[in-house]
Amino acid sequence: MPKTGPLMIHIVPGKCDYCGCCVGVCPEDAIELMESKISIIEDRCTNCRKCVWACPWEVIEFHREGVGTLPSTITALNTAGTTL
Amino acid sequence: VIKESYDVIVVGAGPAGSTAARYAAAGGASVLMLEKDRDVGYPVRCGEAVSHEGVVQFIEPDPKWIASTVTKFRLVSPSGKEVVPRLDGVGYVLERRIFDYELAKIAATEGAEVVTKAYVFDLILENGKARGVKALIKDEHVEIRAKLVIGADGVETRVGKWAGIDTTCHIRDMESCAQMTIAGVEVEEDTLDFYFGDAVSPGGYLWIFPKGKNTANVGLGVSVELAKKKSAIRFLEEFVERKFPNAAVLTHIAGGVPCAKTCETIVKNNVMLVGDAAHQVNPVSGGGIVSGMIGGMIAGQVAAEAVRLKNLDHAAEYQKRWHKRLGWRHEVFYNIKEAIADFSDETLDSIADHALKLPEKKRTLGGIFRTALWNKPSLLIDVAKVFIS
Repeated sequence: MPKTGPLMIHIVPGKCDYCGCCVGVCPEDAIELMESKISIIEDRCTNCRKCVWACPWEVIEFHREGVGTLPSTITALNTAGTTL
Repeated sequence: VIKESYDVIVVGAGPAGSTAARYAAAGGASVLMLEKDRDVGYPVRCGEAVSHEGVVQFIEPDPKWIASTVTKFRLVSPSGKEVVPRLDGVGYVLERRIFDYELAKIAATEGAEVVTKAYVFDLILENGKARGVKALIKDEHVEIRAKLVIGADGVETRVGKWAGIDTTCHIRDMESCAQMTIAGVEVEEDTLDFYFGDAVSPGGYLWIFPKGKNTANVGLGVSVELAKKKSAIRFLEEFVERKFPNAAVLTHIAGGVPCAKTCETIVKNNVMLVGDAAHQVNPVSGGGIVSGMIGGMIAGQVAAEAVRLKNLDHAAEYQKRWHKRLGWRHEVFYNIKEAIADFSDETLDSIADHALKLPEKKRTLGGIFRTALWNKPSLLIDVAKVFIS
């Protein structure tokens, strides 16, 4: 069942524990999980939401209007103007 | 230095992977085991309890990976009735970060090569058959060939899918888990605690496993179907807040346990699956360390035989041997799980009541189970299957 609308699944950056529970229930092999990096493979995801329900930590969100420009990676803590 | 090709590549260095690598190497195969994380054994996504008789099949118990030795179970019903069944034998709460390391060392001693921080992202496929893996090792894409690939890549398994094996876990069977290791608390060092009921952990249970003095793993699993409404971490935080308000939290971890029957296919196109990747978990208890190691052992042995025989089709033997050894039992356990899942909180309380009326000598897990049968006689058929044949 291919998805018709935009991608609606969003993994909140920085909150994930990389446990893989979502990958285990994903019927589309649409999640890439590395040691400390996770992403949705957009062209495979069907927005079925199983990953949202599976996440023990509520890190995966469903946005009916589409994820649009939600940030998918964490930006540096030491933003411009700050020197460490 | 990683070679261009091996007889067997094992993906994942948990207990199942290391045991597969060990027995494949011992059987004469050249073996490479790849682990995506930097460390073998860490992070620990596990309650860490095993039975002595389970673990001793593979490794001699060693104090360095035993946090606690346990001799008692305490089952707590929804209304708080406590039943402490008599146990034969002992169990251990492990230090998985050391235990897993030891298992990988045994594999290495048998001749297996081990590489960590090696992320497998695809298989080399030729005419639909696996001929090796594609991996990201130290930021470099490499292709390593193998006659057989053993997928020991855990609950998040993808290796099987790439070979055409359906490993997706149904949301009814996936337990969404959260655990804290807490310190500065009073726990009985010789007792495993289990809490049941919809308020604590619907479709699963909550555990408190001692890890030495004043320290414990407190965790729970919630069936994903029920976690839609409330997540594992919320259940856990509420319980810990109530029961251990002053605890120091040493670790905080998420996880998933596939409490299902073994996948229908666990060998295909030169790929063999072991451990959580194959759903080799006791569906009632969620325990998967020893069963994964048994799966790993059989897979490793069969892989080595296939290499020796120069007949990769021999790998199919693994599925038969697994089913005969444990797979059929897990099917029975699965039916039991299904029956117990229907029990309401009231039923669980009445089982506890009945169990408490049993004379102490008869207060065994079996005795409690018999009282459960009063509530669900159809369980008897499934139980009978465990003991017949």
